Amino acid sequence: MVNQSSPNLQTHPKAYANLPPVIFHVREMTKTYTMGEVQVHALQSINLDLFEGEFVVLLGPSGSGKSTLLNILGGLDIPSSGQVFFRQQDLTQANDRTLTRFRRESVGFIFQFYNLIPSLTARENVALVTDIAHRPMTPEAALELVNLSDRLDHFPSQLSGGQQQRVAIARAIAKRPEVLLCDEPTGALDFSTGKIVLDALAKVNAELGTTVVVITHNAGIAAMGDRVITMRDGQIHTLQQNQHRASTNELDW
Amino acid sequence: MPSLDRKLLRDLVSLWGQILAIVLIVACGIASLVTMMSTYESLTLSMDAYYSQYRFADVFVQVRRAPNAVVSQIEAIPGVGQVRSRVVVDVTLDVPGLADPASGRLVSIPEEPQTMLNDVVLRAGRYIEPGRRDEVLVSEAFAAANRLKLGDTVGAVINGRWELLRLVGTALSPEYVYEISGTELLPDNQRFGVMWIGREALANAFDLDGAFNDLALSLTPGASEAEVIFRLDQILERFGGLGAYGRNEQLSHRFLSDDIAALQVTALILPVIFLGIAAFLLNLVLARLVSTQRDQIAVLKAFGYTNGEVGLHFFKLVLVVVLLGAAVGIGLGRWLGGGLTQFYTQFYQFPVIEYRASLGLILGAVGVSAIAAFVGALNAVWGVVVLPPAEAIRPEPPASFQPTLVERLGLQRFFSPAGRIILRNLERRPWQAALSIFGISLAVAILIVGRYQNDGIQQIMAIQFRTIQREDLTLVFNEPRSGRVQYDLAHLPGVLYVEPFRAVPARLRFEHRTRLSGVTGLVPNSQLRQLLDRHLQKVPLPPGGVVLSTKLADLLGVEVGDVLTLEILEGGRPIREVPMVGRVDELLGLTAYMDVQALNALLQEGSAFSGAYLSVDAQQLPELYKTLKQTPAIASVSQRETALRQFQNTIATTSGVFNGVLLVFACIISVGVVYNSARIALSERSRELATLRIIGFTQAEIAFILLGEQGLLTLTAVPVGWGLGYALSQWLNQSPAHNTEMFRVPFVIQPSSYLFTLVVIAIAALLSGGLLARQLQHLDLIAVLKTRE
Repeated sequence: MVNQSSPNLQTHPKAYANLPPVIFHVREMTKTYTMGEVQVHALQSINLDLFEGEFVVLLGPSGSGKSTLLNILGGLDIPSSGQVFFRQQDLTQANDRTLTRFRRESVGFIFQFYNLIPSLTARENVALVTDIAHRPMTPEAALELVNLSDRLDHFPSQLSGGQQQRVAIARAIAKRPEVLLCDEPTGALDFSTGKIVLDALAKVNAELGTTVVVITHNAGIAAMGDRVITMRDGQIHTLQQNQHRASTNELDW
Repeated sequence: MPSLDRKLLRDLVSLWGQILAIVLIVACGIASLVTMMSTYESLTLSMDAYYSQYRFADVFVQVRRAPNAVVSQIEAIPGVGQVRSRVVVDVTLDVPGLADPASGRLVSIPEEPQTMLNDVVLRAGRYIEPGRRDEVLVSEAFAAANRLKLGDTVGAVINGRWELLRLVGTALSPEYVYEISGTELLPDNQRFGVMWIGREALANAFDLDGAFNDLALSLTPGASEAEVIFRLDQILERFGGLGAYGRNEQLSHRFLSDDIAALQVTALILPVIFLGIAAFLLNLVLARLVSTQRDQIAVLKAFGYTNGEVGLHFFKLVLVVVLLGAAVGIGLGRWLGGGLTQFYTQFYQFPVIEYRASLGLILGAVGVSAIAAFVGALNAVWGVVVLPPAEAIRPEPPASFQPTLVERLGLQRFFSPAGRIILRNLERRPWQAALSIFGISLAVAILIVGRYQNDGIQQIMAIQFRTIQREDLTLVFNEPRSGRVQYDLAHLPGVLYVEPFRAVPARLRFEHRTRLSGVTGLVPNSQLRQLLDRHLQKVPLPPGGVVLSTKLADLLGVEVGDVLTLEILEGGRPIREVPMVGRVDELLGLTAYMDVQALNALLQEGSAFSGAYLSVDAQQLPELYKTLKQTPAIASVSQRETALRQFQNTIATTSGVFNGVLLVFACIISVGVVYNSARIALSERSRELATLRIIGFTQAEIAFILLGEQGLLTLTAVPVGWGLGYALSQWLNQSPAHNTEMFRVPFVIQPSSYLFTLVVIAIAALLSGGLLARQLQHLDLIAVLKTRE
C-alpha cells in the first residue's frame, strides 16, 4: 500500500509508470470562498492526478472539501489559485463558455438528492441531456443500463429513492461522458438500495470505461474503488491504492 | 418537443393560478390598448373617408345677406378651391306625435343633384324634384327619432307662414356628423334636425332671391387658411358677414375631433398601468420560480446547458404569458372596440363606419406588452444566468433577518410573535413590499380615475343645469324684439316669469388672439341665469364691461381689468373697446356676458331682445307648446329638463359603462397582485408555516401570518392609490380631453368615491385571501418537512 500525504508527480515520477493516460491533472490548487461574512479556505494546495477508466473513492468528513474538489473537477467552479487540467485543457483559465462546453461534452454528474426535474418523467429527465449531447445513447438504452426499463414514464414522485438515483445515473451516462462525478450518491439511500446504485456505477465504469469519482463519507464503500483519497480540512490526507477491488456484494456498512 | 420545453409546459400547468392572473392582466392591458386604438383608427378612417368622398369644406361663414355676384369675388381669393353658397335658416317645426316644438335647420340644395361641397348622402327615398317647393330631404337620425316615414309631412313656420314640408328622402351630410343646433351639447335627434330643401323655394320664402346667407369653401393644397379667412371677412363685411372660421371651429367637426383626441389620451393611460403591473407580477412569479428551481437550474448547468439556453427557458415562460394574454386581449379588445365604435355612432352619423383593428396596431400591442413583460422578467432571468452552477447546488443561504425599525424603537412588546414575523418579512424585502403596494395602489388609482369622471359629470349636471341655468324654457326670436315682448310672453298660458335677453354674435379680440363667440346681455340681477365663480359665489355684472367664462378668458389671454376689442357681427357692426370686469366658471361652451342695457347701448339700439328665459307651470306646458309652435316670431324653443335628461341618458350612461369596465379591470389587478404575492409567500414559507403548525399554532394563526402581511400591504396601498388616482385624475383633468372649448370636467372626487374604492379593494383582497386560506388547509405537514429547501 502506498501512503503519502502529498502525492507529487515531479517527486515521484515512477510511481505511475505503466498507468493509463492522465485525465485530470491538479497542481497546488486552492479554493477560498466567502460565505456570508466568513472566509472559508475550502481547499489548500491540492496535488492530484486521475487516470482514464479509474474508479476513485473520495472519503472525508463534512466540510473537508470533497464537494468543492468535485465541483472544480466538473467545471462547476473555478479554483482560487493553482492549476487544473482536463487532458490538455486548462480549466483554471477557462471562461464560462468553455466550462459549459466541457460539462456538456465530457462530464456526467450525480448528486446526493438526485436533483431530477420533478415535472419531467424518467425518460424525459434523461432526454434533457440527450437533447444537447453529441453522440448520446437513447434515453431508453440509458435507463435499460440501470435496469429501469419498466419505469420510463414515471415521474420522480412515483419512484423510490433508489430508482430516482438510478434515473440520475442514466441521465449522467446517457451522453457517454469521459468522467462521472458522484456526490454522495448513496447518502440518502438505505443499505440495499445504495448497493443497487453502486452496482450501476460499477457497471458503467466496467462496461463503458468511464472514469468514476465517488464522494462519500461512508468508509464501507472505499473497498470498491481503485484508489481511495481521504480528505481532511481542505487537504488530501491519505491516498491509497486498493490491491483488490471489492465487488458490491462484498461491501458492508 | 425538447425536454426543456416539456418542463416549461408542466411548470405552466402547476403554476396555472398565478399564470392565469398575469395572463388576465396582460389581456386587460392589450384589450384596453386595442379597444381605444382600434376605435380611434376606425373613427379617424371613417371620418377621413367621409370628408373626402363627400367634400367636407375647409372654411365656413354665415352672412346676413350677400348677393350671388360676390361668389365670383370669393372664388378669386388665392387659395380658394370650390365655393358653395347657400341659404340656411332655422325654423320651428311641428312634428307629428311630438308635443314640444322642434327646431329644423333648412339648408338649401340645388334643384338637381350635383356634386358639391358638404354634399348630401341620400340614404333612402329620392332627391327633391325641381319645382316641388314643399319637398325636403330629412336627416336620417331626425326621421328615425320621430318615426317619420317617407311621404310624411312636417309643419313648419317659414318666415311667418305656416307650411307643410313633405319628406321625400332621408340623408346625411359631413357637415352634420354631430347633429346639433349649437345651443346644446348633445344631439337631441327628436328636437333638432337638418332638412335639405330646394334653393329657390327657401330663398323666396326668406327674401334671399339672388343672394345667400351661408357659404362654404375648400382650400387648394398649401393655401393659408388664416389668409383666406381674412380676405373672406373683408369681402363679406359689408354684407353682414358673421366671421369666417375653419374646420377646427366647425361645430360638428370640433366635437368629433375632440372625442377622437380624448380616445388617444385614454389609449395611453390604461395600457401603461396594466402592462406595468403585468411586468411587476412576472418579476414576482419568475423570481419565485427561480428560487424554487435553484437546484434544477444547477443540474441543467452541470449537464452543460448554456446560460443562454437556461435564460431562454425562463423567457419562453414569459413569452407564453404574453401570447396567451395577447390572444385573449386582442379578442376582447376587438369585441369592445367594435362595441365602442358602434356606441359612437349613437352620436356621430357616418354613412359607413368600418370597424378596423389594423395588423400594425395588433402587432404593436403584442410588441409593447412583450417588451413590458420581458423588462419585468429581465431581473429574475438575469439572476438565473449569473448563478454559478456550484452555488446553485447549495441551498439558498437562510435569509438574514434583523429586528425591524419598530422593534428597534422599543415597540416590540406591542406585537405578538406572529405580528413580528409579518413586520420582519416586510422589512426584509422592502423592495418587494413596495412593488406590491404600488401594484395594488394602481388598481385603486384606476378606480379613482373612473370615479372622478363620474363625479365630474354629475357635477356638470348639478352646476350647469341646476345652479347656473334655472329657466324652464329658452326662446330664441327670429329677429330682435322690443321690450314689449316681455309682457306679451308673460300673457302666454302657463308662463310664470319672463326674463328677456339679448344675444349677439361677436368676435372678441385681445392682442393677436381672437375668438368667435356670442355676447349675451342679461337683465340686472337675473334670476334665471346665475353668474358664478369656481366657488359658486355670485359674480356681479357691472354695467360698464364684459364678464367672460374662464376658458374664453384663458384662450384670449385676458385678465380682469384688461380692455379687449369687441367686434359685433350684427346690425351696424360696431367695434368697441370693453374692459373685462369679471370671470365666471361655466362648464359648457364659451360665453361672454354683459348687462343688457350696456349691450344695447353698445349696439346703439334701443331696448331690444333676441330671446327670453321662461319659468313656466309644468301643468300648462302642452298648451304653451301648442301656442309657441304656431308663433312665427319664435325661431327655437329649448327645454332645460330635456337637455338635462339627454345629458344623463347619454354621457352618464357612457360613463357608467366605462366605470363598469374599469371596475372589472381594477378587480383583476388587485386579485392578481394580492393572490400572486400571497401565493408566493405561501410556497416560500410553507416549511416555516408547517413547522409552526407542528409546534401547535392553529390554522387561523398561520393564516394570520400569511394573510396579515398581504392585508397590511393592501391597507397601505389604498391611501397610496388614492394619492395616485388623485394625481392621475388631475392630469387627465388638465389634459385637452377634459378641458375643451365645449366642456370642462370639473375636478371633483367625492368622499364616497374614496370609500367605494376601499370597499372594492377590500372585497378583492378578501377573495384572494379566501382562495389562499383553502390552500393553507391542505398544507401537508409531513411532506413539507421532508422536502429539502
